[in-house]
Amino acid sequence: MKSDATLDVTGLLCPMPIVHTAKKIKELKVGQVLEVVATDEGIKEDMPAWCKNIGHEYLGVEENDSKYRTFVKRLV
Amino acid sequence: MKTVSISEDLLSKAAGALDLRDEGQVSQFISTAVEEKLASSSGKKVKDKVTIIVFSGDLDRVQAAFNIATGAASMGMDVTMFFTFWGFDVIKRNDAKGRGKGILRNAFSVIKPGGSKRLPLSRFNMLGFGSWAMKKLMGEFKMPTTDQMISMAKEMGVKIIACTITMGVMGVTKEDLVQGIDSYAGVFSYLNEAKESKINLFI
Repeated sequence: MKSDATLDVTGLLCPMPIVHTAKKIKELKVGQVLEVVATDEGIKEDMPAWCKNIGHEYLGVEENDSKYRTFVKRLV
Repeated sequence: MKTVSISEDLLSKAAGALDLRDEGQVSQFISTAVEEKLASSSGKKVKDKVTIIVFSGDLDRVQAAFNIATGAASMGMDVTMFFTFWGFDVIKRNDAKGRGKGILRNAFSVIKPGGSKRLPLSRFNMLGFGSWAMKKLMGEFKMPTTDQMISMAKEMGVKIIACTITMGVMGVTKEDLVQGIDSYAGVFSYLNEAKESKINLFI
């Protein structure tokens, strides 16, 4: 999946990956995609839940070598 | 103008209970109701509210409180944290000095000076070893320290409120507290906020 920016939150635990995501996504333009790279498995559930509550679009997750890359499109 | 249908039964109930005697009044009532609904649902999205009473002054409990607060704030919620009783240990300055406010209060200040750097673990504190060990473990995950959590929370718009009851009893003054306390309030302010909040926690 393509992205316009990447946020590395590897090694961080909940809620920090999403707290940082909330901050970083404000730097993107509406319609752009942010890739968040985490090692916390909880992000697979947390990210879609956060997107639903805040109004961004959750595009999906890619898992490889114990890293979870989630993709979020800024909508608001 | 469009014609709207309404059952005779409903109309006769409305005539009695809502005092709508003729078609004109019914139409007016319906128009007003629709307009009001549109006005309240359009425009700004109303934020869900969260209140957290921080009664504990334990490192682990306080960390949990801030995790929830920052998590909720990052989800677009309006978070208010009320610090009371032992929670004051979190918001007292690390260099706060107890002033001459009576023997008992001074004794408290000496035994438990407070400050975010001195928070004990709620269990297995073992004279500070437990707390030190926990901070080390949390450090492995680059978990923010209590001070960093406070800054982060404030940056995200979390309101920090200090309980005036505790301030009176424990003899804590505004100068003893860290910068950035949003207000000083009592139980009624808390209840007012809590009754409109979807999530209310006592930690």
